[in-house]
Amino acid sequence: MSTTKIATRLTLFASLLAASALTLSAQDMAVRAKLVHTAEGAPIVDGVVIVRGGKIVAVGPAASVAIPAGLKTLTAEVVTPGLVDAHTVIGLAGHLNQPQDQDQHDPAAPIQPELRAIDAYNARERLVEWVRGFGVTTIHTGHAPLALMSGQTLVAKTRGETVDEAVIVPRAMIAAALGADSRAEGEGKSPGTAGKQLAMLREALVGADAYRKKLADAGADATKRPDRDLRKETLVDVLDGKVPLLVTAQRHQDITSALRLQQEFGFRLVLDGAAEAYTLLDQLRAAKVPVILHPPMARFSGELENASRATPAQLRAAGIPFAIQSGYESYVPKTRVVLYEAAIAAAHELGADAALRSITIDAARILGLEARIGSLAVGKDGDLALYDGDPFEYTSHCVGTVIEGVVVFDGRR
Amino acid sequence: MLRTLSCGALVALAFPAVAQERPHALVGARVLPISAPPIEDGVVLVRGGRIEAVGGRAGFALPSDAVVIDCAGKVIMPGLVDTHSHVGGGWGADDSAPIQPGVRMLDAVNCRDAGLQRAQAGGITTINVMSGSGHLMSGQTIYLKNRDGNTIEELAYRFPDGSIMGGMKMANGTNSHDKAPFPGTRGKSAALVREQFVAAQEYRRKLQAAGDDAEKRPARDLSMEGLLEVLDKKRVVHHHTHRHDDIVTVLRLSQEFDFRVVLHHVSEAWRVADEIAAAKVPCSLIVIDTPGGKLEAMDFDARSAAELEKRGAPELVAFHTDDWITDSRLFLRSAALAVRAGLSRETALAGLTINPARMLDLGDRVGSLEPGKDADVIVLSGDPLSVYTRVEETWVGGVKVFDLDDERDRRWADGGWGAGQPRTGNLCCLGGDEEPR
Repeated sequence: MSTTKIATRLTLFASLLAASALTLSAQDMAVRAKLVHTAEGAPIVDGVVIVRGGKIVAVGPAASVAIPAGLKTLTAEVVTPGLVDAHTVIGLAGHLNQPQDQDQHDPAAPIQPELRAIDAYNARERLVEWVRGFGVTTIHTGHAPLALMSGQTLVAKTRGETVDEAVIVPRAMIAAALGADSRAEGEGKSPGTAGKQLAMLREALVGADAYRKKLADAGADATKRPDRDLRKETLVDVLDGKVPLLVTAQRHQDITSALRLQQEFGFRLVLDGAAEAYTLLDQLRAAKVPVILHPPMARFSGELENASRATPAQLRAAGIPFAIQSGYESYVPKTRVVLYEAAIAAAHELGADAALRSITIDAARILGLEARIGSLAVGKDGDLALYDGDPFEYTSHCVGTVIEGVVVFDGRR
Repeated sequence: MLRTLSCGALVALAFPAVAQERPHALVGARVLPISAPPIEDGVVLVRGGRIEAVGGRAGFALPSDAVVIDCAGKVIMPGLVDTHSHVGGGWGADDSAPIQPGVRMLDAVNCRDAGLQRAQAGGITTINVMSGSGHLMSGQTIYLKNRDGNTIEELAYRFPDGSIMGGMKMANGTNSHDKAPFPGTRGKSAALVREQFVAAQEYRRKLQAAGDDAEKRPARDLSMEGLLEVLDKKRVVHHHTHRHDDIVTVLRLSQEFDFRVVLHHVSEAWRVADEIAAAKVPCSLIVIDTPGGKLEAMDFDARSAAELEKRGAPELVAFHTDDWITDSRLFLRSAALAVRAGLSRETALAGLTINPARMLDLGDRVGSLEPGKDADVIVLSGDPLSVYTRVEETWVGGVKVFDLDDERDRRWADGGWGAGQPRTGNLCCLGGDEEPR
């Protein structure tokens, strides 16, 4: 090999190093688009967003927000806040759907709130990379609705090579589920009925309450303290309101059971799935319970036989806070794309603006992260999605994804 | 409640369940005949269940007795043809053997299943209902005209000899792998299939040798009869296949035994597009939102259709729902996502209509708006490839079977309380005010 060739290769290597360094650290940038949807108010025509140090420092029309000379500038037809998927299982569930990449459900016991999502999340999973290419920058993911209480969830940015680089809320919620999918299989196994499901949940929460009392009685006296119990510790945090209980319930009667349980124990309830929520609009509004709704394209069979694509519009009309999720899938497709799901809601009376909010600021609010993500506002994370047209149109493409000032997707999907 | 008869609620009158006597003219829509360029301000004239004429409004000779229906602002195109669906709740072959060509979907489909109404709501007027892919050969499929009917026979298309029309479902790859007697490897899968086709060739030889001598004829064998219909090219093989090597295996077997085949799903068609185009074998493509979910779909790519088109073979492109893998109500979406991945709009629309019609040997009856063809027509609120477009009306054989303005029909389209229940039938009466249909 000639010295010239070696030199060329060294230069190439150096530039590759530089390029990879660029993708790892936040870069100051401007993003300019013909239409900027901020999820805060009316869209800005010919808008500019400026990101410095990973945070948004300016948003407004190009006429009033000047792009400093020399600042790296991305352009697109349409820019939205980075999308927030309010509930998925990707990263625990992998695309192969083989035993070695399915960590969303351990069948050993029906109630295992001590299972942490951070111990299972694979930041390099192809499904995470896949949704990132549609503009999804934040996911609420974790254990699946396949057990009465399957484990914990986390919130992550769709970046990073390790969970530590990705995660922003290590323990977001505790996932519980009512209905057919969380019943135990096999004769003599529990829970086998809806009544047993609630009896077991109540028993677990009553047990945690007793544990909490023992801890309080012991006070500072370590000798009197009960042995540490990871399961009960987690449930005490639910009772203390430190972490919400995410209850998946599709059927009318299961939704009312979730509301009844919440009233008895006073925990923070987030309702998930909620296919028949449209039959309980008054009760949900009175209970002030937010809803992470099933994907509008979820299969309308089994527990979702009465599901409706008009539900997002009905929740909105009723003033019930909701977000749209990609959800859990057991087969093909292994995950849905929350952008596609919101698009179907948009086309079924919800409208594009509300549909976009359901996968940005409204989702962020349900996750308690509205101060940090979900809209394009000064001080928030520089998370943006770039499109070559109406993001919801089938034939539009995502052409770029930015997380905290880092371009994490640069292509056309 | 009477079913209304209008794109724009212009006319309301009782609508018979049989094709009307008076001609009906759908006037003023953008008409996409598929077989010809789009017509702005067009007319589709329908009589006796068939299309009588299609053209622009200017100079169109409307019959004096025609019922004129104002469709201004709408888009009209042929009813959609779904080459691969599992609506109807039917199961074909059972767990006893991997190859069961004597099993018929005719005997398995529930024609009152709500899935058929959902398909109407999606604009699907012709459906190939298949058994599953858990077998190398899971039985005879059935081609249905998605009209309102009381028995499966009323929906079935017929071969020229009057018998029920359908293909033969086959599969390779991992879905059909299982414990013996099912195959455990790809090599075994192909060997088992070859063995059965060779047996069918022997059966045919014995039949031919016996000629008219009934005593010499081999005993009737329903499985062999099914396979013979494949070898005789009466029945098209509809072959589940995903991975590039499995696709090529299907091409190899179809050439060895000289059967007609449509490749189904074909997730990795983009990897062997040259080979498929050279063999001129049609593809009925699945479009899923995400690669994976099982090993053989991990390299799915929506650009397969565009890759076939690029090789000068747009006529080989069709789509299917594989309902319940994708939703019959969103069939238009599959073609639109292929456009997102590089396919032309023209091929996308042909891939929902005339191309799949030809793959089912129904290209002379359905799939385009041409005089003499069945009056299977859908009325859309806008561009067929836009997410915001709704299917507003579906007509089958000149009869409107779906109307988004009808509260009950809307339930099939949007969902809601009771949407999972089969529709009521013609047998009166269990109470309620449901009209017989």
